[in-house]
Amino acid sequence: MKRSTRRRLIQGALYAVFAAVVLLIVLAADWAKIRSNFFDLDVAAASFPEIVTIAAKNTIVYTAIAFLGGLLLGLFLALMKLSPVLPYRWLATGYIELFRGLPALLVIFAFAYAVPIAFQWHPPGGNAGAGLIALIIVSSAYIAETIRAGIEAVPKGQVEAARSLGMNSAWTMVTVVLPQAFRIITPPLTNELVILIKDTSLLFIAGMAIGDRELTTFSRDALTSQANATPLVVAAAMYLIITLPLTQLVAKLERHNKRGR
Amino acid sequence: MIPVSHPTSGATAPGSTAAVPAIEVRALCKTFGSNEVLKGIDFHVDQGEVVCVIGPSGSGKSTLLRCVNRLEEPTTGTVMVEGVDITDSETDLDDVRTRIGMVFQQFNLFPHLTVLKNLTLAQQRAKRRSKSEATEIARRNLAKVGLAEKADAFPAQLSGGQQQRVAIARALSMDPDMMLFDEPTSALDPELVGDVLEVMKQLAKEGMTMMVVTHEMGFAREVGDRVVFMDGGVVVEQGKPEDVLGNPQHERTKLFLSKVL
Repeated sequence: MKRSTRRRLIQGALYAVFAAVVLLIVLAADWAKIRSNFFDLDVAAASFPEIVTIAAKNTIVYTAIAFLGGLLLGLFLALMKLSPVLPYRWLATGYIELFRGLPALLVIFAFAYAVPIAFQWHPPGGNAGAGLIALIIVSSAYIAETIRAGIEAVPKGQVEAARSLGMNSAWTMVTVVLPQAFRIITPPLTNELVILIKDTSLLFIAGMAIGDRELTTFSRDALTSQANATPLVVAAAMYLIITLPLTQLVAKLERHNKRGR
Repeated sequence: MIPVSHPTSGATAPGSTAAVPAIEVRALCKTFGSNEVLKGIDFHVDQGEVVCVIGPSGSGKSTLLRCVNRLEEPTTGTVMVEGVDITDSETDLDDVRTRIGMVFQQFNLFPHLTVLKNLTLAQQRAKRRSKSEATEIARRNLAKVGLAEKADAFPAQLSGGQQQRVAIARALSMDPDMMLFDEPTSALDPELVGDVLEVMKQLAKEGMTMMVVTHEMGFAREVGDRVVFMDGGVVVEQGKPEDVLGNPQHERTKLFLSKVL
């Protein structure tokens, strides 16, 4: 058999398998049930406008707070990890390893329920506030590693040039190293942002007040009260509307970075 | 931390009288791990003098130059700049460095800043000059290296030779008392070397104190007041360019020159 013939046969077989799987799913699915349970237009309509004005808005606000908080804390941790002072390095390393190793869900749960009991301290903003603090703490651990990698990716000659001009280490970091580091890590940071958008869904474990609910909590509540899964589908669509432009942006930035090199 | 009454001219350094050498190195040793790069160097550059340091690669000449502004930490020995011991922990190293201009083999311009910002950054941050003063000085120095029209360009838009001239202008903008050149033309295409050497010649003519690590024997012969030949971490021979280059006394010097001339 000729090599090209064989390749065409293999390709044909792969298409056939794909078509068979699709056909099987289409035949096995109960379309009437799917439509009434997941795509009920009346139920979908009932979740508006709150799913946008409260749930989607809260998802975006929580993401912004957690990301900015994580960025600030992460920068602080990255600088600590690169510090010449050994205990600072230990502290940062311990923090980063701890919170990267724990499930975010567990940390949120701990801040909403365990911390108030253990320390007699209620984080501001109720359970949503407690959950957000947990999200900031978790995201800062990941972001710290990203920033550290970015700082280390800036050529050593840049620091030498700045220091040889008499700039102190703080000014060198702020005006020379960090601007270049953040340029390098824009794609991975945007990725962190996308992950964080989805991680705000974990806040449901904290138990949110009515007005504090984000997309997942909101649609879960709607699922229970309406005995219909359509709100979950609407929430899924909302997530995609928020995340897809960002993932496209990451892809674009990565292409741009490749060209620049 | 930073002295309030900071001299703005930079020309009057503490203890700078004609009798004090600009650079004086005594019994300098530098080891990297088990590798002994400098083995007891005695070396000096008088004020207004142009000293060219030549020698095979790995001879320690760049390390010696980098010890002068302590980009490399001397292992033992002293380095005096205008009579100030820079290995003393009491010395304000950043202040000393504003008086020592340094030019790198790889230019090390700040790629995220325009040419003009490259020249004004350290003036504002290390010398505390106002923006307008720094800009004026920067433009004057850009004109001096023949690149006045490139003020708003980014480094990546310039040729290697232009980048190196910008780097020289950046160092000059700090009004240094002396300039260190670390193989300034080694990374350049041959046809771009001339422009950079021309700028350096002009500087020498104006009486700038210069220490130049170079492979450009023509430059050393024409511009140098003194040539220092290093090999294996020691100063093998030094003297007037016509003596060292034209009538070398040591076998190692003869061998090296027979290869490069």
